[in-house]
Amino acid sequence: MALKDVFSTKGIKTTAASKILKDYIPDFDATVTKKLMDAGCILLGKANTDEFTMGSSTENSYFGPTKNPWNLERVPGGSSGGSAAAVSADECVFALGTDTGGSIRQPSSFCSTVGLKVTYGLVSRFGVVSYASSFDTIGPITKTVEDAAIVLNHIAGHDVDDSTTTRDKLPDYTTFLRSDLKGKKIGLPKEFFGEGLNNEVARILENAKSMLESLGAEVVDVSLPMTKYAIATYYVLVKSEASSNLSRYDGIRYGLSAIKSKDSGLRTPDVGLSLSDVYLQSRTEGFGSEAKRSIMMGTYTLSSGYFDAYYLKAAKVRTKIKEEYEKILSEVDVLMAPVSPFPAFKIGEKLDDPLSMYKADADTVPINTAGIPAMSVPAGFTESGLPVGIQIIGPMMGEGKIFEVASAFEKAAKISDIKPKL
Amino acid sequence: MAKLSKEDVLHIAHLSKLKLTDQETEKFAGQLSSVLEYIEQLKEVDTEGVEMVSQVTGLKDVFVPDEITNPVAPESLLENSPEKEGRSIKVPAVFE
Repeated sequence: MALKDVFSTKGIKTTAASKILKDYIPDFDATVTKKLMDAGCILLGKANTDEFTMGSSTENSYFGPTKNPWNLERVPGGSSGGSAAAVSADECVFALGTDTGGSIRQPSSFCSTVGLKVTYGLVSRFGVVSYASSFDTIGPITKTVEDAAIVLNHIAGHDVDDSTTTRDKLPDYTTFLRSDLKGKKIGLPKEFFGEGLNNEVARILENAKSMLESLGAEVVDVSLPMTKYAIATYYVLVKSEASSNLSRYDGIRYGLSAIKSKDSGLRTPDVGLSLSDVYLQSRTEGFGSEAKRSIMMGTYTLSSGYFDAYYLKAAKVRTKIKEEYEKILSEVDVLMAPVSPFPAFKIGEKLDDPLSMYKADADTVPINTAGIPAMSVPAGFTESGLPVGIQIIGPMMGEGKIFEVASAFEKAAKISDIKPKL
Repeated sequence: MAKLSKEDVLHIAHLSKLKLTDQETEKFAGQLSSVLEYIEQLKEVDTEGVEMVSQVTGLKDVFVPDEITNPVAPESLLENSPEKEGRSIKVPAVFE
């Protein structure tokens, strides 16, 4: 297996692709690392990511960008781009990623892998470097839907070290795998199929819809009008939580520090530094551009005078988004939607325009805002050979419903069998 | 108030414990302003009487036994510290 480099691995560097943690070696394993090691998995490597998982292209890594195995001039998606690329290129059997706003599903769509974003609280986050604690989830990136079910069986469940994990008795997820969809009702949320959806992606989704119908499912149009507010809600809350989470990197206890200036590239002599200088210099030197932008943005939205207008407002809109999904998912079994409005873009294309990069997450961030599970399943290729996945969205703790639909679709579509030419 | 001035950005940087170059200050002023402008649309949503969500699980008052379950040796934790003395982390004085 490969682990995104945010999973703590005892005695092995865990960098979060940040300069501030470039030499950090944890003294303990994340709960999921331990569970998989105990199950006999062998760690083949730590996979690249956007710094602190902040990004949609794996270009925001201190160690440089990862390339897409299907087209080396394109991004693998992100932030779990290293994990998806490693699975796609057959460098490992499976990988773990994290998904705060699409970071498992979008790279899975871009690299033709199966990527599962679980219900918030299904898998322990203990020992995994945080981005936004009320959104972060952990899940498998695999070659087949069955592999995803097998990995999930090993990582899901209660953990005393993560108080947000469920105490529910969980099913064996492989029992949901099936080959027809008789009696299933699948909703297509029209807001995901509107303006901005690439023509070739739309064509692949249309084919997927026909295939789901031919497998016996009833496919109906549904509407989620709050979708247009999801990106704004998501970014206010996530950047607020991120600024708080990143305040722990202060150059005092671990990580890059102005106190120890050798090797750190810091210019200032290590004598005569005040405590405040240590904070300031360590953070300024250690964080990359998107991390700094996140800290600044979150500090602003949490600051006195703006908290009510931004953070509190967004947290209330979040309630409305969550309720809208609860209602619709009580009427249909699952939803089917695009994972991304377009296939893998060129390296460097969106790097200087954070707002356009944020908007690229339009189809994935509503799911994290609602806390529900969703999977990207390989569904086809553009004319130039770029992979495109479809997103199957389920209700809270409804991973089983996703596995039913995804497994039947995968067997009929046979896209997961196609590999990149390397 | 969506447009951030250079002074606003420097103030946020100060609160964030980050030091920005002139170039970064200018870049962030533009980028953060455009993101904040985009966020303004949340004002359209009627949230009168709506409770905020701080987490989505619905779990409440989760208790665990007050026992040490993951013992990590202090010595090994100190391995990652920039400067130490004995079993303590050494830091600059808070007051001059």
